[in-house]
Amino acid sequence: MATPKPEILSQVNHRPPWFTGWMDKPLEIKPGTFCYAANPKSVDYVGLPHAHAWDPTAEDWKLPPDWKNIVLNGMRDRLKRFRSFQLFMDICVRCGACADKCHFFIGTGDPRNMPVLRAELLRSVYRGEFTLAGQLMARMVGARKLTEKVLKEWWYYFFQCTECRRCSVFCPYGIDTAEITIMGRELLNLLGLNIDWIATPVANCFRTGNHLGLQPHTYKENAEFLLADIAEYVGVDIEPHFNRKGAEILFITPSGDIFADPGIYTYMGYMMLFDHIGLDYTWSTYASEGGNFGFFTSNEMMKRLNAKMYAEAKRLGVKWILGGECGHMWRVINQYMDTMNGPANFLEAPKSPITGTVFENARSTKMVHISEFTADLIRHGKLKLDPSRNDHLRVTFHDSCNPARGMGMLEEPRYVIENVCNHFYEMPEGTIKEQTFCCGGGAGLNAGEYDLARMQGGMPRASAVRYVHEKFGVNTLACVCAVDRATLPPLMEYWAPEVKVVGVTELVANALVMDGENERESNLRGEELPIEVMDEETEE
Amino acid sequence: MGFPGFVAAFAAVIVLMVIPLVGVWAANMTTFFGVVVPYAAIAIFLAGLVIRVIKWGQSPVPFRIPTTCGQEKSMPWIKTNCIDNPTNNFTVLIRMALEILCFRSLFRNTAMDFREGRVYYGSAKWLWLFALAFHYSFLVVLLRHLRFFTDPIPFFVTLLENLDGFFEIGLFPFTWLPGMMLSGMVLLGAASYLFLRRIVIPQVRYISLTNDWFPLLLIIHIAATGVLMRYLIKVDITAVKELTMGIVTFNAKAPEGIGVLFYIHVFLVGTLLAYFPFSKLMHAPGIFLSPTRNLANNSRAVRHVNPWNPKVKTHDYEEYEEEFRELMVEAGLPVDKPLEEGAE
Ligand code: HEM
Ligand code: SF4
Ligand code: SF4
Repeated sequence: MATPKPEILSQVNHRPPWFTGWMDKPLEIKPGTFCYAANPKSVDYVGLPHAHAWDPTAEDWKLPPDWKNIVLNGMRDRLKRFRSFQLFMDICVRCGACADKCHFFIGTGDPRNMPVLRAELLRSVYRGEFTLAGQLMARMVGARKLTEKVLKEWWYYFFQCTECRRCSVFCPYGIDTAEITIMGRELLNLLGLNIDWIATPVANCFRTGNHLGLQPHTYKENAEFLLADIAEYVGVDIEPHFNRKGAEILFITPSGDIFADPGIYTYMGYMMLFDHIGLDYTWSTYASEGGNFGFFTSNEMMKRLNAKMYAEAKRLGVKWILGGECGHMWRVINQYMDTMNGPANFLEAPKSPITGTVFENARSTKMVHISEFTADLIRHGKLKLDPSRNDHLRVTFHDSCNPARGMGMLEEPRYVIENVCNHFYEMPEGTIKEQTFCCGGGAGLNAGEYDLARMQGGMPRASAVRYVHEKFGVNTLACVCAVDRATLPPLMEYWAPEVKVVGVTELVANALVMDGENERESNLRGEELPIEVMDEETEE
Repeated sequence: MGFPGFVAAFAAVIVLMVIPLVGVWAANMTTFFGVVVPYAAIAIFLAGLVIRVIKWGQSPVPFRIPTTCGQEKSMPWIKTNCIDNPTNNFTVLIRMALEILCFRSLFRNTAMDFREGRVYYGSAKWLWLFALAFHYSFLVVLLRHLRFFTDPIPFFVTLLENLDGFFEIGLFPFTWLPGMMLSGMVLLGAASYLFLRRIVIPQVRYISLTNDWFPLLLIIHIAATGVLMRYLIKVDITAVKELTMGIVTFNAKAPEGIGVLFYIHVFLVGTLLAYFPFSKLMHAPGIFLSPTRNLANNSRAVRHVNPWNPKVKTHDYEEYEEEFRELMVEAGLPVDKPLEEGAE
């Protein structure tokens, strides 16, 4: 189905009706706004329950006969295991502060996309099945029983939440609807009701180490293609290292960046940067995925996939781990990894071999973000940079949801950008840093068939980009996330076609003055650098 | 739900006012409404509160999931936002104090303005302002009520009363009213605002349940009956104090002739107390336990322990190499077990 024109998607009605309540609103599973059902083979491969083929638009979802008990027991169990879940079921006052904070509500106007209502989809069942008041006065207290319609509603709306946590910034009690979505998705997974864009990457990551299912030799070949490009555009030959025992540092980044434009330029950037500083590091084909699709499935699945990082670090005998640009990968590393798979006592507190800086903030997890690492290098003057090569770029920065709200890495990438580019502009307050807007395709929702919802959900982000494009002539949207590099280009194409998407490390590499390089006539994309740029270079 | 929920809540409050009216006026059940109801309400409140909070406490916090709303602590030369992204217990304490005392997160509120595919954000502080006014006036009113339950009255209650009454500058057209207390009026005003916004803002109206209208209407009626008693339809204060002191000394008797308005007021308060532990009013104790606010963002520096950390099946390197060994060797990738051994 073709996505309607921007003029049409720009018309959104945010006013729900006066008299009909949301429970009475029929559920409409519209093409373009849902992802395909999980391939049962993928579900089965990792041993998740009830793998079966089903069609989201069909009446019959082929649920197991005792599905209701499975879900209710699953809820009971999770209420006892997660205080967040129990508490968030009980304390929402429905003040509505979160209502207009969700990009999916802003973009679609569908009231069930207000975070508070998304949560109520589950809360209403909690009240109806687990509380006395709910059982006595169902309607009055917003309680209902679990039915197939309710389950479908969960599926539709929990896969219309990118777990971005923007709502939780504004909630007076910190209620995090992402947390409720996470629980909701765990419950759906008990019935095999995942989406394929998550289930198949999960199976691929489990087997091959990366979500694309690249086998070891292909992974290496892809990297070698990129090295050939570097040799052509930069004139420097770089020796790659894979699965090398005894390296000092293991580097892990999302596999999307080795495969697809424009992520590959960031991947090239990493290799150039590490070569430039003479880093003793290795890639791993076994732990070749930074992203964690398990996070969108269940906490156990997240743990199973994440385990590879420490396991590989231990096998290779490295001292610590450096992580590339990715969004939810960093929420997992910052808030879950050590708890799930630590303690990583076989590693050392991360210390930059170039500057001697010890990253105290990562002394237990032993994993450092590439932007923290690069900012430290620049601060110590360890990089030879010529920012004027990026002078034709007017850059703005998109904070990815998870590094912003699940970590707080706001200034490091900005510091890096400002040192490798001369023209940097912030998007308006309220759309950046902890209030940043999702790209519209996070949490496993960047599927092609989901295009309409992505354009709608990405509208608030795009709207802010368009604003700086018009005001400052911004033509470049920088990000530190592989999902962004997949989702933002089509979003920009749709809403702000003049703006290109780049990774921060790509910008670094374009400004990097490498030993023995040739006169740079093009950037890493093979695009010729404008002549003025070279003039300015010589003036200095 | 939505607007119809309001009708149900309003009807419930009316019924709750008629019950003591009939009970005291027609049946003279002063002991029931003056002694039994308060004790029962307090008992339900306390027991319910304790049970609920214990239940929350029994669910562990498996992961450290603060919502970070400012710069993390990384390198010393980058300025950390230690309040919105706390890294130790002390800064968490500051964050929590600001949340609880100043409603910091609510202060961030913005309002979306949507025009032709353009999203604009304006500041929206009204909810914050009125919520704050509502809670503080509620607190002051509550504390002022201590004068009914203490003898002698503690100095801070008297002080509070003096401060509160200090603003009794005859407010037109109520210049003739005696000892006007600011807090009661603010409470009534702020609660009315919260109530009206539930009707006026379409999205908030849509999400409102009977359960949201009810406590607000209840509080408005409590405040209104309180204000009425104080200024217009006076009740016998000496008799009231006799009753309330009896309650705290477990020696309660309902004196004659207090006035039915008092019993209505008390019955509504009793309802609020008994309703509290089973409702969203539990947000008050809840905020203290909220894991997105009360944890430090230091899980990379200090390991957070999950008490039920599950054992899981992983796909280890050996299994991986076993499957791909030949391809790996062919591609020149190092392997742990050489090919000869792996392939028979
Ligand atoms: C500590 C931090 C607290 C915060 C941030 C907070 C926030 C709020 C907010 C935003 C509302 C507005 C509800 C609406 O729009 O209708 C509200 C309502 C209310 N709060 Fe609090 N509150 C807090 C603590 C308390 C405490 C300690 C009490 C003690 C009694 C309390 C009692 C109430 C009551 C009675 C209502 C009105 C009832 C209602 O709206 O349903 N709150 N609170
Ligand atoms: S901001 Fe928090 S309390 Fe208010 S409606 Fe949203 S989730 Fe509920
Ligand atoms: S987490 Fe993000 S996508 Fe999900 S409800 Fe909140 S704001 Fe919307």
